[in-house]
Amino acid sequence: MEIVGQLQKQFVDFTTSLYREGILDGQFVELQKLQDESTPDFVCELVSEYFQDSEKILTNLTTALQQQVVNFKVVDDHVHQFKGSSSSMGALRVRNMCIAFKSLCEEKNLDGCLRCLQQLKHEFYLVKNKWETLFRLERQILEAGGAVPFVDYRFY
Amino acid sequence: MELCNCIEPPWPAGELLMKYQYISDFFIALAYFSIPLELIYFVKKSAVFPYRWVLVQFGAFIVLCGATHLINLWTFTLHTKTVAVVMTTAKVLTAAVSCATALMLVHIIPDLLSVKTRELFLKNKAAELDREMGLIRTQEETGRHVRMLTHEIRSTLDRHTILKTTLVELGRTLGLEECALWMPTRTGLELQLSYTLRHQNPVGFTVPIQLPVINQVFNTNRAVKISPNSPVARLRPAGKYMPGEVVAVRVPLLHLSNFQIHDWPELSTRRYALMVLMLPSDSARQWHVHELELVEVVADQVAVALSHAAILEESMKARDLLMEQNVALDHARREAETAVRARNDFLAVMNHEMRTPMHAIIALSSLLLETELTPEQRLMVETVLKSSNLLSTLINDVLDLSRLEDGSLKLEIGTFSLHTLFRETYNLIKPIASVKKLNFTLSLSPELPEFAIGDEKRLMQVLLNVVGNAVKFTKEGSISVSAFVAKLDSLREFRAPDLISIPSDNHFYLRIEVKDTGLGINPQDLPKLFMKFVQSQPTKNSSGLGLAICKRFVNLMEGHICIESEGLGKGSTAIVIVKLGIPGRSNESKLSFVHKVPRNQVKPAFSGLKVVLMDDNSVGRMVTKGLLVHLGCDVLAVGSGDECVRVINHEHKVVFLDVSMPDVNSFEVAVRIHEKFSKRMDRPLIVALTGNTDRMTKENCRRVGMNGVLLKPVSVDKMRSALSDLLEKGFFVESK
Repeated sequence: MEIVGQLQKQFVDFTTSLYREGILDGQFVELQKLQDESTPDFVCELVSEYFQDSEKILTNLTTALQQQVVNFKVVDDHVHQFKGSSSSMGALRVRNMCIAFKSLCEEKNLDGCLRCLQQLKHEFYLVKNKWETLFRLERQILEAGGAVPFVDYRFY
Repeated sequence: MELCNCIEPPWPAGELLMKYQYISDFFIALAYFSIPLELIYFVKKSAVFPYRWVLVQFGAFIVLCGATHLINLWTFTLHTKTVAVVMTTAKVLTAAVSCATALMLVHIIPDLLSVKTRELFLKNKAAELDREMGLIRTQEETGRHVRMLTHEIRSTLDRHTILKTTLVELGRTLGLEECALWMPTRTGLELQLSYTLRHQNPVGFTVPIQLPVINQVFNTNRAVKISPNSPVARLRPAGKYMPGEVVAVRVPLLHLSNFQIHDWPELSTRRYALMVLMLPSDSARQWHVHELELVEVVADQVAVALSHAAILEESMKARDLLMEQNVALDHARREAETAVRARNDFLAVMNHEMRTPMHAIIALSSLLLETELTPEQRLMVETVLKSSNLLSTLINDVLDLSRLEDGSLKLEIGTFSLHTLFRETYNLIKPIASVKKLNFTLSLSPELPEFAIGDEKRLMQVLLNVVGNAVKFTKEGSISVSAFVAKLDSLREFRAPDLISIPSDNHFYLRIEVKDTGLGINPQDLPKLFMKFVQSQPTKNSSGLGLAICKRFVNLMEGHICIESEGLGKGSTAIVIVKLGIPGRSNESKLSFVHKVPRNQVKPAFSGLKVVLMDDNSVGRMVTKGLLVHLGCDVLAVGSGDECVRVINHEHKVVFLDVSMPDVNSFEVAVRIHEKFSKRMDRPLIVALTGNTDRMTKENCRRVGMNGVLLKPVSVDKMRSALSDLLEKGFFVESK
């Protein structure tokens, strides 16, 4: 059981780093609480849905901002959606970026928006990467026969 | 003289001698011719004559001799030259052959003679082999008999059958008249007749064991011929002419302890039985050697069979004994279990039954104190209150202690904040200390970790008890509580062998010192402090169990507690050391800080509650749906207001509307839902989910007739309490 112990420690360290760096917040912890024996893949499916939805939104945002005449209302709507889904997922940094984006939209600051979009994409891909790593670690632990520890963010 | 070329005979023709010679020559020739014929005839008859060519030679010699003599007959009278030549040739040939034969016979005759000796030798050998065959056959017979006997004897493990069978089979094989077995009595001083072949009821004869004839038999492992008149052999009615010969042999009686692998049958306890065998009287039979051997072998086999039977008996006895013991143990266990169950039931009942009246007494006494009372009455009520408090504590302690005693108490390990623990203790004690005008200080060493793993509740109990005692028994002065990480040497001074584990990465030892300037303790009383119910001083009226329980808890935490004092009036110091885990630096087994959320404990309280959820954000919809499903609801999730209004029916009890959607006016949806359900009874409760906390949103929600507002993100606990409030009261107020 050495391997399992090591993997679990790795998992815990990784997860706690996510919380500490503010990439994820308490909402993700709440989501994990919703997963039980009858819904063993809840979090995984949710995250996949989030990825798909977000990719779509980002594409839409890119398109909207590339128009000749930018409709900031539409942009704002998209960002609002993104903010909503990110906050439901506990993707803190993404959400905060969305809030910043929204204020830029209200100011109708195109350059600011474009820059913010870049940053938003960066944050999104970062959290996506982190989540994929997390799930990979979980799979490794399960394959090695161990149980995935539940990390409560409140202690960090 | 005529010229006839004839040869004159050497002597005159008319003499008698010549006549005799003539006749003799004739007969010689006859004999000479018949001998080879006879030889040929007889050799033809015998197939094995090895020297045929010798015969030929011999035959030739004889024939030629015969021919010579025959031809001689012609020489008695006048004969021609031819005859003389023939005669000469024949004689020459004969001479040659006979010389050759003579020479050859020198070689042949020794051979022929040796054939004879060989024949004699073979005859002797054959006779010897015959004898040996006879012996082997007898031995084989004996062996067969022994095998058969052994088979019969060993085919049973019943002692009685073994012995009886032995006697019967022996009697049959050897054709005995009587066969008897004498067994040693329990005292070992006599031999008792136990089994006989013919006489069905042995009368229980005994003979003393020290008889010379018996000793003689017992001293050798061979079968011994004994006199028919010896006491052991006098079994048949006297009479007849000649009692048959009697043989006796010893049968070793083996015990379990005799079975040493290498020196059986050397016996340490020499107990033998005696087997006596008698040949039929009036027969001239004698004991043959092979019969004696048979008897000896049988005696040995009987010994082995008897020992096996003895082993079996003993093992059966042991097994029966074990079974009995098992039954008794089982019974005892069940009784013990019943007793424990009864005690637990009693405790459980008494727990509740005792506490309820106690609480009533305490509560009412406290209330009574609030009313107008004369000083006397006040004193009385205060005493009542004090006593009942004491009693209540005592009851709790007794119940706790009984659980501690039988080890059924388990620590509830969890992660907790040390700072919080101490702070709370401080906050609890400070008022009391202030009232008594005592100086109360708390100091925490900076090395102390912020969080620790252990039983927070019980540690608090111990701490409160110790600090409470300090406060109780200090009239003036100060109480100081200090906590720090214990060093190894300070652990050693408690010479407790169980504190040998060195503080490692996984745990540390917390040391708490509570110093007071109170009454102090008589050094003689120090050992008795932690014993149950022992009152050391008349002034001390602490509940007799408090410290005892503390000690138990501390022991469970693999720690140590003691109280030091320099004497009465000199204050005292209580030292508590407990082992706590360190969160964050541990391996898999101590990963208690990432404790598993007891997911199964959250019983869906709302199973089957039909709800509708409207949210156009797919992710948010999934999240809220998952949350509601986790609580046991039956969720119908839709993405638009129109769909929401369409699908909702009277079965749905609650509708969750996401109000943060920019396009859809959720308030409008709420209005439409209200319109759909005219009767108040059928109308589902409507809850708004919003990310906005501003007043406007709340106002709007209320105006539209929503029954509650939930701020996103919603946690499981928040949703649960909201739902339960909602279902109970029809609305809920969001509490921050």
